[in-house]
Amino acid sequence: MKFLDEYRDGPKAAEFARQIARVTTRPWAIMEICGGQTHAIVKFGIDELLPKSITLIHGPGCPVCVTPLEFINKAIEIASRPGTIFCSFGDMLRVPGSATDLLSVKAAGADVRMVYSPSDAVKIAVENPSKEVVFFAVGFETTAPATALAVRQAAERHVNNFSMLVTHVLVPPAIEALLSSPECRVQGFLAAGHVCAVMGCAEYGPLAAKYRVPIVVTGFEPLDILQGVLMCVRQLEEGRAVVENQYTRAVRPDGNQYARDLIREVFEVAPRKWRGLGEIPASGLRLRRQYESLDAEKKFGLAGHDTPENPECLSGLVLQGRIKPPECPAFGKICSPEHPLGAPMVSSEGACAAYYRYRNRAPSAAHQPAPPTPSPISPTH
Amino acid sequence: MSPGTEFAPSCPIPITQYPRVLMAHGGGGKLMRDLLEKMFFSALGPAPAEGRHDSAVLEFPAGRLAFTTDSYVVRPIIFPGGDIGSMAVHGTVNDLAMSGARPLWLSVAFILEEGLPMETLWRLVCSLRDAAARCGVRIVTGDTKVVDKGNGDGLFINTAGIGVVEHSLTIAPASVRAGDAVLINGDLGRHGMAIMSVREGLEFQGRIESDSAPVSGLVQKLLAAGVEIHCLRDLTRGGLASALNEIAEDSQLRIMVDEKSVPVREDVHAACELLGLDPFQVACEGRFAAFIPAKDADRALALMRAGECGAGSVRIGSVEDVQPPLVVLKSAIGATRILDMPAGEQLPRIC
Repeated sequence: MKFLDEYRDGPKAAEFARQIARVTTRPWAIMEICGGQTHAIVKFGIDELLPKSITLIHGPGCPVCVTPLEFINKAIEIASRPGTIFCSFGDMLRVPGSATDLLSVKAAGADVRMVYSPSDAVKIAVENPSKEVVFFAVGFETTAPATALAVRQAAERHVNNFSMLVTHVLVPPAIEALLSSPECRVQGFLAAGHVCAVMGCAEYGPLAAKYRVPIVVTGFEPLDILQGVLMCVRQLEEGRAVVENQYTRAVRPDGNQYARDLIREVFEVAPRKWRGLGEIPASGLRLRRQYESLDAEKKFGLAGHDTPENPECLSGLVLQGRIKPPECPAFGKICSPEHPLGAPMVSSEGACAAYYRYRNRAPSAAHQPAPPTPSPISPTH
Repeated sequence: MSPGTEFAPSCPIPITQYPRVLMAHGGGGKLMRDLLEKMFFSALGPAPAEGRHDSAVLEFPAGRLAFTTDSYVVRPIIFPGGDIGSMAVHGTVNDLAMSGARPLWLSVAFILEEGLPMETLWRLVCSLRDAAARCGVRIVTGDTKVVDKGNGDGLFINTAGIGVVEHSLTIAPASVRAGDAVLINGDLGRHGMAIMSVREGLEFQGRIESDSAPVSGLVQKLLAAGVEIHCLRDLTRGGLASALNEIAEDSQLRIMVDEKSVPVREDVHAACELLGLDPFQVACEGRFAAFIPAKDADRALALMRAGECGAGSVRIGSVEDVQPPLVVLKSAIGATRILDMPAGEQLPRIC
């Protein structure tokens, strides 16, 4: 397929791998932020092409995975109410709450619908005026503009039976939270190309400078990721720490102005709890006061739940890049995509699901990259 | 639209006084008799000369018989490239073909939802009739029930099929051997994506049509030419991924697949990329995998390519005696990965 096959070319991938091997003189630990990148890495076996001294650490960039348990429970609680139509992206339906999941609630009679766009949920609300229609707004800066558009549509058309459960999160504050942790062993980042396509690259410059880490805005195809790794390793080897853009075919330095304006019009920045990472200041989006009537938490009186995670699930450590999924004692034993304990085993972008689908019993599963040595670039706090 | 699925306007609807199916059409009285005679017997074959009876009595040719059943609940009931009527024939005929049987007879049971437009029912009955004619199977027995509005999804169909096994092979996972070639008869994923494309709220540019088609002719051709078929499996729910995983598990052998050799049409590939689906896990309704000894593989491929529904046949991999038994894919960039079964229904991703 055009614009896709070119970026999955075997000989070119091998050439990038050779170049990476040529410039690498020391062990490096690089985190890819986005779950989409994690999936591509595991699906195409990109890490197998890299020198053993380079470790890819899988970051927290999967919106399904970082949505805290209490929000899943809130979603289930709303969906279970009579007279409600609960709309969600497909990924969220199988994520386990404390007692059940949305698919099971649906099987028990609740009206739970999978939608592809937040605007579809508004349409459902217009078509079902006697029902309360709630959309589960999860995702990073990538999905926020579409949610914002739906909010504006609902407000303009006075769709009073529509509301949304908002758990939107922002990437740069999560990177900062990871970098400021004493356990952090990440030396360079591949930033998520599509997030930057919306937001631009400006937010990453201060992070690169403050923590002395190279950040390379990277795409999602195998050649994108290999080139991103190459650019990142070059910076590390040369002792540089700046923001570079590998994904120039999609990312402009200032992002998408229209989408950013839309987000700003509808949402304001707020603290947000992340699954596995805890509460991070200024890391989420909430509806602005003039759109408060569309806030499902307020409409259904659900604010202020706090639910502890399942102690057998180590997804928090996975999301911080501190362990690889197979190092979790539950992995593949009591936790599988059919019976997930935590969200990273459910989502198509979750690191645990990626390892389970593509690696669990693969011939290359024995190949474990060498553990990284302590960071030669010590973060300056 | 593939042959046999087109609605022929030359078939005027035989019931005109009731535009929709009523509960009374399943009540055992005159209305039901009307429905049976005018719709089902007129299209699918008359009642036997000795009179209507509770079961069909058939002369069976000597040899082993193959027997299968399947229920069809596809939504929407009419989709690009086919409908539930033709699919109910193709699916059961293909199940028979997967054991190398020549399909002979089908039963057809309809569960109709009250309020189903008669015109839709007639269209589907005609489609079912045409598909049966194309496959050379006779519909010899049937049943009709009507359920209250809201208790069905328009209509469901169950078909059961009987075929005769005229070869002496054991076409089954246990016959798969290391060294076997894995062939498929065309591109993957079209049925699943055709259905997705018309489900609520999803519109693609262009049109993806289902690959729903009978493959029994192709299998009969291989058998007639003396190809030593080890195993056949249709690539329906769960697609190629589920089919190959089941066979790897049952045969306790590893199946190696070269990702680049597996044909996926560009529009199907694009739709899958957009929705975050894996074309290897998307359902087909006219595709199968054949496990053939390496010595016969080229000949089998040539026969398949020259046959009906086989023009796109390719060799996608081979069987190896390596443990554990898995399906391993050589990825586009040359690395390997496991091709696993989908956990449940494929769920589209968020971003």
